[in-house]
Amino acid sequence: MKFGVVVFPGSNCDHDAYHVISKHVGQPVDFIWHRETDLRSYDAIIIPGGFSYGDYLRAGALARFSPVMNSVKEFAAKGNLVLGICNGFQILCEAGLLPGALIRNRGLHFICDHVNVRVESNNTPFTHELKAGGVLRLPIAHADGNFVCDDATLDELRREDRIVLRYCDRDGQITDAANPNGSRDNIAGICNHERNVMGLMPHPERACEDLLGSSDGRDVFRSLAGTLAAAA
Amino acid sequence: MKAKVYVTLKPSVLDPQGKAIKHSVELLGFSGISDIRQGKYFEIAIEGPLNVDQAREEAVRMAHDVLSNPIIEDFRVEIEE
Amino acid sequence: MEPITPEVIAAHNLTPEEFTHIKELLGREPNLVELGVFSVMWSEHCSYKSSRIHLKRLPITGERVIVPPGENAGVVDLGDGWCAAFKIESHNHPSFIEPFQGAATGVGGILRDIFTMGARPIAALNSLRFGSLDDPKNGHRNRSLLAGVVAGIAHYGNAFGVPTVGGEVSFDDAYAFNPLVNAFALGLVRKDQIFFGKATGVGNPVLYVGAKTGRDGIHGATMASAEFDEEALEKRPTVQVGDPFLEKLLLEACLEAMRSGAVAGIQDMGAAGLTCSTCEMAARAGTGIEIDLSLVPQRETGMTAYEMLLSESQERMLIVAHKGREREVGDIFRKWDLDAVVIGQVRDDGRMRVTHNSEIVCDVPVKALTDEAPVYERPMKPMSLNAGSADVSSADASQARVPPLSQDISTGSSVRADALNADGTSALPANTSPQNYNEALLHLLSSPNLASKEWVYRQYDHMVRTNTAVLPGADAAVVRIKETRRALAISLDGNGRYCAANPRAGARLMVAEAARNVVCVGAQPIAITNCLNFASPERPEVMWAFSEVIDGIAEACRAFNTPVVSGNVSFYNETEGRGILPTPVIGMVGLMEDVKRVIQPGFKNAGDFIALLGATHDDLSISEYASVCGVQSDDPRVPTLDLEAELAVQTACLRAAEAGLLRSAHDCGDGGLAVALAECCFSSLNREVFGADLDITGDYDLATRLFSETPSRIIISFDESSLGDIEEVVAAAGCPMTLLGNVGADRLRIESDGEEVIQLDVAELESAWRSSLKDKLQAEVLAAGAE
Repeated sequence: MKFGVVVFPGSNCDHDAYHVISKHVGQPVDFIWHRETDLRSYDAIIIPGGFSYGDYLRAGALARFSPVMNSVKEFAAKGNLVLGICNGFQILCEAGLLPGALIRNRGLHFICDHVNVRVESNNTPFTHELKAGGVLRLPIAHADGNFVCDDATLDELRREDRIVLRYCDRDGQITDAANPNGSRDNIAGICNHERNVMGLMPHPERACEDLLGSSDGRDVFRSLAGTLAAAA
Repeated sequence: MKAKVYVTLKPSVLDPQGKAIKHSVELLGFSGISDIRQGKYFEIAIEGPLNVDQAREEAVRMAHDVLSNPIIEDFRVEIEE
Repeated sequence: MEPITPEVIAAHNLTPEEFTHIKELLGREPNLVELGVFSVMWSEHCSYKSSRIHLKRLPITGERVIVPPGENAGVVDLGDGWCAAFKIESHNHPSFIEPFQGAATGVGGILRDIFTMGARPIAALNSLRFGSLDDPKNGHRNRSLLAGVVAGIAHYGNAFGVPTVGGEVSFDDAYAFNPLVNAFALGLVRKDQIFFGKATGVGNPVLYVGAKTGRDGIHGATMASAEFDEEALEKRPTVQVGDPFLEKLLLEACLEAMRSGAVAGIQDMGAAGLTCSTCEMAARAGTGIEIDLSLVPQRETGMTAYEMLLSESQERMLIVAHKGREREVGDIFRKWDLDAVVIGQVRDDGRMRVTHNSEIVCDVPVKALTDEAPVYERPMKPMSLNAGSADVSSADASQARVPPLSQDISTGSSVRADALNADGTSALPANTSPQNYNEALLHLLSSPNLASKEWVYRQYDHMVRTNTAVLPGADAAVVRIKETRRALAISLDGNGRYCAANPRAGARLMVAEAARNVVCVGAQPIAITNCLNFASPERPEVMWAFSEVIDGIAEACRAFNTPVVSGNVSFYNETEGRGILPTPVIGMVGLMEDVKRVIQPGFKNAGDFIALLGATHDDLSISEYASVCGVQSDDPRVPTLDLEAELAVQTACLRAAEAGLLRSAHDCGDGGLAVALAECCFSSLNREVFGADLDITGDYDLATRLFSETPSRIIISFDESSLGDIEEVVAAAGCPMTLLGNVGADRLRIESDGEEVIQLDVAELESAWRSSLKDKLQAEVLAAGAE
């Protein structure tokens, strides 16, 4: 099983994702420069966090024009796994691989903090090792994490059980106070209709060691690796 | 020739920046303001053989494909000769 | 070309004597371009002409020192072939003119200083000082400045991808018109892969890489070397605009080029841009350098040679490549979508020769710009310590163009009174009666200097790169070194009030506090960098304070064996005759062998013993308590520091931490014992609040025992079973220790002589402490954003 971490100009969580896959998941992983187009040797692609193209124009807007993104679309269309974290989520939305958009936080500021998210669906390749309804403590670090979508999209996401993570309080209650950025319906992460593409604003790769404050993110990567192992 | 492209959030999308700006403007004593929406403005210098209609067409395509995100934003194009 | 008149010379901030010296060095009149080049290279900012003779007294050697001051950053050895490159630098003046871009480019500049050495930046911190947030007249502006500076730091650091892991923010009206923005960065580099800003190898090509040159920040360096007046605010165009995205690309491209082996030397184009980088690189290597400005990538049209040489456009570097390998360097930069152009070559004639449109526009000896820069032994006049009567006006009689300073620079006490009156906070009665200690503590915890700075650091990405083992808010930041078991601890500390009352003692205290902070997280202090922020060096009493501060730092650094490996001097921090307090900021770096041994300030376990390492004395006169609670002292004096006692406390804490005996450790500093104890109780990432039951019966009056800011004290907590071992370690270090009580559930209870003096719900204390700054700032600056 081989992972690829896409590197756009301005990606800055690429090393963190790489570190987690190689050190904590213990699997081979490559950096994929954004001009590359051949993804045949990979089993899963991670679009990491950061400020691709400086977040200029809109967060994630310019990255979708990088050559690698056409290949990522084809890769996903074949049913392969694609995980977008933070800026990666923004890019997947801009690229149309996930619905909705991520706009400026309602408090306007960049927010870096640990937040609680509730696992809404463990029926995805990225969360099947997690307990549905369980609460994870994960870091967020973004200025544009405010998820918006229209009513029809929200209905569809709900109907198809595609809302994967929602911001909640320590006890798992979905409250407005626990919503750090104003996201519609407290949405922190969603997947596509086929369930093989997921995007989330929190950073599970920053929460894989107790030393760093939380290891709740490990199960996301464990799920992912488990899915690939089962498929092999 | 110059294409001017205005991109704004759709009326249905909350604009936290516009809201903050409105609040500040009111703090400064401006009254009778019902709403402020902020957006982006692009000036595109166009060279070459395009006529006004062609230039507009190009600018609209650019605005739709790159400059705006149709899920959350509207745009308007003006051409200045 | 414009004739060189006395007005033109004065406009370049050069004295008539300096101009005469330039003519002697050249053997002719300089042309205007050359005059511009001399003016920036001989500016205070680039030449350190007022400080150089004093800086020589700092200790700069030690077994870990690999690169002492003089390069872009200092480098220390961490073992196993790893080194840390670090430095702190001021961006005070630009941040006052345009807080967002000023602070952003400050961060950009210090990051370039680090990766110029070949080091990948892994941590950023910053030390910020502003006027009072509550001041009725200037409060709004002070809040805007703070909000702008914080947003600028966040904008740059977050996008670049370096975690901003800590620092300090404090408030005093002395900084109302001269806020201080000092940016620190640290990077990791292999010992055999350190790069230098040297133009070595005659015939080697000189490459310009990075952003294009525009008219940004022309004369920023001379701006930073002159006082402010209203007019300076109109000079807005001189402030540069930063592009963190471009800098991130520059970082990756530079590190890749360095790895390729094609790079002989590299230097950041910071203050004084092309001028400074070319002549400094040649000077360090003892060579000459020749460049052609026509080849420089330009963002604007019609730029003159003068403008290009003095431009301070950001995100640019000068690289000297090995001959024949320039194409390789170019290819790497093109991969990252960056310009890389050969603009000249290294020569053997010791001259800086610049052509533009086939004409020689500047041809001067490199040494004339660097080694021959003026060195001043400026007059000094002691200000009387601890009393409010420094005779400022007579000292200034000979300096007609420098108006007298307002008195607050020379006395801690008058500042205190000013701040308090302006602040409008309800002062407690001078004779605080026992029932008011609860209120006093709440008051202190919500005062801006002591309150939680969460509002600030939540805007910084402090976790990117996944090395941050201690989150912001602790005594020191801790970043682990992934490739080893080791970690680095970093603390920035300054205190203008102490240094105004007694510059030498104040400086010693700052070094001691910075070292103690690093010790509190379990690290051994190894080296410092410093940022010395002062008013005009042309004032004898300012120069005297500077000299005293140098001696104070030198003495303390010798005691802790922490040499100074880099630093920056920022003079002329004064506006309309009002100067800042002498404010040296110490950036202490410590090393811990095993990151798993890291200690944090918060209590961990109900029932644990709480003890105080060190002893409390009467050091209340310039305390936060005196300031916030309005207790005036007739005899304001800085706390007394005994370096041996300090070392004993630090050794005791460090040995106990290394032996795994401690559950928590926290510096007992600003605000005193009661404040520090409350902070130990507050909740953190993975736990709710704790309480504590303590007995502080002892010498001195109650207020002193609760709020005195005696240095050399650390609060520790540990399991009951460790008591014997801890007593042994502490005794071996020769450190006094007092058992204070136990960790409890959710209330802070302090008693003395059988009487309860403080009894508060910790959640209430924490909420006062946590929300104070946010409430002040969110309410006005950010208006609707908070809802």
